[in-house]
Amino acid sequence: MHYICLMIFEAFRDLCVRCSMDRYRCWCWCRPRFRIVAGFTQCADVDSGVGIVCSFPLEYCEFGSSLTRCKEWLKEENQELYDKYYSEEALTSKIGTLSLEAQAKLEKETAKKEAKAEAKADAALKKKLASQVTIRRIERTKRKHVTAIHGLEAFSIDLKKAAKQLAGRFATGASVTKNAQGLDEIVVQGDVSDEILEILEKGEGVLKGVPIANVEVVEDKKKKASD
Amino acid sequence: MFKKFSPSTDIATHTPLKQSVQRNLRADILSQWKIEPETLEAVWPKKEGLVHVKCREHISIYTVNSEPLFFQHFDGPYYPTLRFLHKYPYILPKVQVDRGAIRFLLAGAHMMCPGFTSAGGRLPPPEEAVPAERLVAIHAEGKEHAVGVGITKLSTEDMKKINKGVGVETACYLGDDLWALTTL
Repeated sequence: MHYICLMIFEAFRDLCVRCSMDRYRCWCWCRPRFRIVAGFTQCADVDSGVGIVCSFPLEYCEFGSSLTRCKEWLKEENQELYDKYYSEEALTSKIGTLSLEAQAKLEKETAKKEAKAEAKADAALKKKLASQVTIRRIERTKRKHVTAIHGLEAFSIDLKKAAKQLAGRFATGASVTKNAQGLDEIVVQGDVSDEILEILEKGEGVLKGVPIANVEVVEDKKKKASD
Repeated sequence: MFKKFSPSTDIATHTPLKQSVQRNLRADILSQWKIEPETLEAVWPKKEGLVHVKCREHISIYTVNSEPLFFQHFDGPYYPTLRFLHKYPYILPKVQVDRGAIRFLLAGAHMMCPGFTSAGGRLPPPEEAVPAERLVAIHAEGKEHAVGVGITKLSTEDMKKINKGVGVETACYLGDDLWALTTL
């Protein structure tokens, strides 16, 4: 029980007794497990990095697309709340005025939705694994180059942040620009393709989670004027 | 309104609002919602500037500390976001739909009258009737927290009488793209 926030709010003033902050800013000991977002516990494991399960208030998990995972998660986190929402009597009482067949239909629908969501997640993962990152060295004038990195967003990397990091790292300009196809890419001044490859391999800073096999280095040579 | 909404493509500008505009806005909100000035002050302190986020299709979202608090369509009423409503559930009159309607509501449907008048639904009693075109919090049978924010298309008394068609138009609901946005 001790990881549920036991904030007792003074009537009307809405202050947490423990840290004398209002509901918004109460980040005291309730924080590690459940985030008190709106005076209730939410189905989201914010701090442990597991990722959000469905982000609905707990009572609405049954309408989400990941009920099984939500249930497992809650059972592990907090038996008491789990009992409140998923024990036998809770289940029978919540059917309420709905007829039995309607309830059965609803359950079927939920199962279907869940399967669909799972398939979707699978497909997204596959796509992610298949997507390529290209590092392209583009010749400018004489011995000057720029390096364009394309395809990082598929690995949920924030391009702006990545550009900033690269700019800091190489002490050159780096920006997010649209290429000829209208897709976002990072353009770094100077020939730094080898270093970028190294960074991606190590996963420095925000440039994490890119399998090195998917990275490809290409070179764009400018056509000579005589051609 | 927020069924499909992605910050990268749908947001046009972020602009801090002028103080005089903020003052008017605050007065409007106090008249539209049942909220005490102190509570509003706690959520939106005078010192924290309100940021106006303009989006496509004439939607404006207002944020404090980059957290969306309320939004507006054209120059209509100010809808509180669902997260805000959960914190202060008493600011809007409540209507309740039955359990069968929840899954449609979570898919973004407008709420039909029979959902309110059936056994699981609840409308305010005649003496507290809500006229048409007012903001309401949509609650659900057997649930503690609101599932959506909407605007009445009929007065609640008419809903009971006519009992057909759209009763409440849903503006935002649990699990839409506005709910997914905790910060802007």
